[in-house]
Amino acid sequence: MFRDIGGLFLLFWRTLQALPLTFRHRRKVLEQFYEIGMGSLLMVCILSVFIGGVLALEIGPVMVERGLSNFLGGIVGLGLCRELAPTLMAVLIAGRIGSAMAAEIGSMAVYQEIDALRTMNINPVHYLVLPRITAIAVGLPMLVVFADLVGWLGGALVCSTNQQIAVSMQSFFANLRDTVEVKDVVHGLIKTFVFALVIGTVSCHQGLATIGGPRGIGRSVTKAVVNSIVLILILDYFLTHLLVQIEQ
Amino acid sequence: MSTALNHDSVRVEARGLRKSFGDHEVLRGVSFTVERGEIFVLMGPSGSGKSVLLKHIIGLEEPDDGELLLEGQSIHTEGLRDRYRMAMVFQSGALLNSLTVGENVGLYLREHRLKPEDEIRRIIAEKLEIVGLKGTEEKIPGELSGGMKKRVALARALVIEPQLILYDEPTSELDPLIAITIGQEILALRDRTHATSIVVTHDRDLAFGIADRIAMIAEGEILEIGRPEDVRRSQHPLVRRFLTADFKRKPQ
Repeated sequence: MFRDIGGLFLLFWRTLQALPLTFRHRRKVLEQFYEIGMGSLLMVCILSVFIGGVLALEIGPVMVERGLSNFLGGIVGLGLCRELAPTLMAVLIAGRIGSAMAAEIGSMAVYQEIDALRTMNINPVHYLVLPRITAIAVGLPMLVVFADLVGWLGGALVCSTNQQIAVSMQSFFANLRDTVEVKDVVHGLIKTFVFALVIGTVSCHQGLATIGGPRGIGRSVTKAVVNSIVLILILDYFLTHLLVQIEQ
Repeated sequence: MSTALNHDSVRVEARGLRKSFGDHEVLRGVSFTVERGEIFVLMGPSGSGKSVLLKHIIGLEEPDDGELLLEGQSIHTEGLRDRYRMAMVFQSGALLNSLTVGENVGLYLREHRLKPEDEIRRIIAEKLEIVGLKGTEEKIPGELSGGMKKRVALARALVIEPQLILYDEPTSELDPLIAITIGQEILALRDRTHATSIVVTHDRDLAFGIADRIAMIAEGEILEIGRPEDVRRSQHPLVRRFLTADFKRKPQ
């Protein structure tokens, strides 16, 4: 386990050192960005509508009962942009993109493609890892912005159409505008950025460490997704704690 | 389309190489020298440590003990790998499956930005023609046979214009006709570029057909080393058994 953690930090450090080469690898970054962004956008939108809807459905009746229906927009808005959208989108992307990264790089490791790169003096960190981590670090926060907007819309739709809640869309968004500030969205985006780095680094690291044929690739994919999700959830607490303290 | 290239080939020296994976000692103090421009064949049965030895030479593995020298300097000397052009043709070809044949062949030039794009395309076409695969630039590796993949891997190595080229089982899984073509390519490449070539194989026909010198390796040790005719005359029992092994039907 400690070797894994050491390997993760080392890979991340090497990727940071390679950052000045990002422009040179822009084509690969764009390819990855397209895969992460465009490939996930529809799924992110569908999930966000339902996450916003469920959030409204869960807390709406309770707040209406206590005469707090005017605050519903703000509560749903804050819950989504500060916590739910960043965390759930990160978990979704860990499953969709992290697994793909680990599988692709793992398969290259098993079939000696990475050895072939090394023999050509092509650094696998520059060629494979840098474009993926850069793309996910930019792409995931952008997806979360979409998730925030669509999630708010989902919450508003449920609030206005559910007879138990019956809060109009105008009232929902008026309260959301009063309550949610730019710093709340930024709070979520900072967490998302860190989650993106975690997914990219963990998945690429697992891919590079793959040994043992197709079974090894399967093991790496599972470890990449599970480790990413575990780290996301643990880091979520500490990051929230830190950011809340900074905000105060 | 053969281009005469004036290369300074390199001299390779292995001194007392030892390597273990867990409890299994794969290399047990291997020493040899490969002269500039020589075709040196490492021959031996499967699992004898040949491929591991090759990986040490290209820098993919590090020895537990002993050292590898290129032109008298340790292969791990800072910047040495940038000073000499080395290429390896893998047993499986090891083509990047996500790239087309043309992109695979031009990968080295594009990644190191050594030539303008037009020139790179011309070089790709030229190298593919040399290995008999003209016009296959747009194919993907999945569409190629095993022999074609190996020839693409050879073209990819040619692009580097290597001073040292390593071949890992270049004729395994190939039919005899393609195996002969590959053997001829190895010879032609040496004649054209004067590159030092190290070939790992268990194919006796290939070894005796192309080698300037042969080292017979088994269980991580070199049993015999010399010119092909010297190795043929070896009295070492393992070497004799390897060289004379043949199918014999038991009488019914």
